[in-house]
Amino acid sequence: MILSIAWKNVWRNKWRSLIVIGAISLGLLGGIFYLAFTKGMAQQQINTAIHSYIANIQLHNPKYLINGESKYAIPSYRKIVDKIKELPEVQAVGARAVSQAMASSAVTGAGVMINGVDVEEEKEVSNIYSKIVDGGYFGTKMKNQAVIGKKLADKLNVRIHSKIVITVQTLSGDITYGAFRIAGIYKTDNSAFDVSNVFVEKKALADLIGMDYQNETTEIAVLLKHNNMTGEVLKKLKNIFAEKIKNGEIVIRPWNKIQPVLEMLNNMTIQFSFFFVMIILTALSFGIINTMLMAIMERTREIGMLMAIGMSRMRLFFMILIETVFLSVTGGAAGLFLSWLAITITGKTGIDLSAVAEGLNSLGYGSFVYPEIEPEFYFMIGGLVIVTALLASVYPARRALKMNPAEAVRHEA
Amino acid sequence: MEIIKTVNLQKTYAESAVPVRAVNDISVSFDAGEFTAIVGPSGCGKTTLLNLIGGLDNPTSGEVIIDGMNLYSLKPKEITDFRLKNIGFVFQAYNLIPVLSAKENVEFIMNLQGVPKKERDERVEKLLEQVGLKDQMNRRPGELSGGQQQRIAVARALAANPKFVLADEPTANLDSASTNNLLDIMLKLNETENTTFIFATHDSRVMKKARRLIELDDGKVIADKTN
Repeated sequence: MILSIAWKNVWRNKWRSLIVIGAISLGLLGGIFYLAFTKGMAQQQINTAIHSYIANIQLHNPKYLINGESKYAIPSYRKIVDKIKELPEVQAVGARAVSQAMASSAVTGAGVMINGVDVEEEKEVSNIYSKIVDGGYFGTKMKNQAVIGKKLADKLNVRIHSKIVITVQTLSGDITYGAFRIAGIYKTDNSAFDVSNVFVEKKALADLIGMDYQNETTEIAVLLKHNNMTGEVLKKLKNIFAEKIKNGEIVIRPWNKIQPVLEMLNNMTIQFSFFFVMIILTALSFGIINTMLMAIMERTREIGMLMAIGMSRMRLFFMILIETVFLSVTGGAAGLFLSWLAITITGKTGIDLSAVAEGLNSLGYGSFVYPEIEPEFYFMIGGLVIVTALLASVYPARRALKMNPAEAVRHEA
Repeated sequence: MEIIKTVNLQKTYAESAVPVRAVNDISVSFDAGEFTAIVGPSGCGKTTLLNLIGGLDNPTSGEVIIDGMNLYSLKPKEITDFRLKNIGFVFQAYNLIPVLSAKENVEFIMNLQGVPKKERDERVEKLLEQVGLKDQMNRRPGELSGGQQQRIAVARALAANPKFVLADEPTANLDSASTNNLLDIMLKLNETENTTFIFATHDSRVMKKARRLIELDDGKVIADKTN
């Protein structure tokens, strides 16, 4: 019966309860949607990075990682690639020749990473080919074709068919240069990537730096069917190539070790969003306390009667606690439902932020955000609502328990 | 048979600048089946005495002995439990729970006592019949008149099967017809069920029907007479 009274008490003052329930649900909607939005942004940043270039896993010669010198290549890489391709989780594997270089036009120059790729193979690993905004992804009859980012093209003041000179160190340590014609200009959601990465055919770069491109490669990029398979495949690869790892021939790294800042940003975003949700819940708890205090003060005579007829303090405390939980959980459930609805809809349609695309792209974020949140978060936040309600009920309940029944029953409303 | 006895009972309110002795050395006893009114002018200590007998307030000194046991020798939690099992209360402002129906209001106290559902239903029906409101059992207090609400409050007080009922100004908010009706019901319960009623009142209509009148003034008993 106490549960029944507590529930009926919630609706004793309908408008007041509805205002609190509305505040809780809108507060939660704001908090959870913000969490999903930032998570969607962070996830998109990771996806952009994985699919535009870094892939899920990369293999290098460990010495290459020290100074990025191309002479430290992976020998006999074909056998390694073939073994990796045998794994069912693997979608595609690309072998690249990579070198630090200087790209110069008639106007200016810029430090870049020059990526020598097997064009058809690279199409399977990265989606740069789908980001072409001018020209094409190689495929012209020009010799020494290059595909560069829009930001770099603007910086170098070059267009399609313009010539750029790539200055690079050969494997023997000499400085050499080669002229390349711009075949295509790409634009990803990460302008920092666009300004610093030039793509050329692997053979062209290998010829320039003196690499045996048939047998050697600087980098092997492994794209998986799903990002969440990364850990599992990493473990398998480390087992398969245990001997080579032990001998210092290769090192295998997942995306979050290649670009740790991505994971750090993702984690930080989630933590910050949680902090934001906690602030909202704390603010809501004051509203709940205030409402419950008002409800209790209005019912002084009734509470006095309950104590007088022999309702124990424990039961009275429990009744107020349950009433607070009912009020909060009703608002919480409405908030969770609204959040789920908003996230489900916008998760499919996306939120267009193209008005501020330039700023977002400079930070590596896409201009279309798809909010997302794991189902566990709903349960976690639901739990937090209950904890908030329990904590918020303590003060009003204690105030009720401090009443003197003899005085309370004669209290003038 | 004596069921309640107060021995040199005193209650002083020391919070104000001048301490007020609301109950001043009262020794009085009540037998089972009494229909007694504690009367006197406002501020004479009627309600305070009733509260002390009902275990709602702590005396400054003295004892309240119920069935041979000193009520205030119990711990607060035990006093609450004692009230639940032994004392029925009727208040001036009815103090029903507005979100519950008449039936649920009467049933509530038995629920606290842990009485089984079947027994509760039977007893609620009987009590509501006794107070003449069986046909109103599903109505909420807001849908009933003042007199009807007070009759529900009497049924609630009796639902606990108490040793005695303490009624503090039960007719103060009622018109004459409702007062007479309520008093007739309580008298009938007193006669047929031997229920002990102790009133604190300054209502002459209650005084007329009471069999014993204890008159207070300045916290002291100045008269104790049988009607």
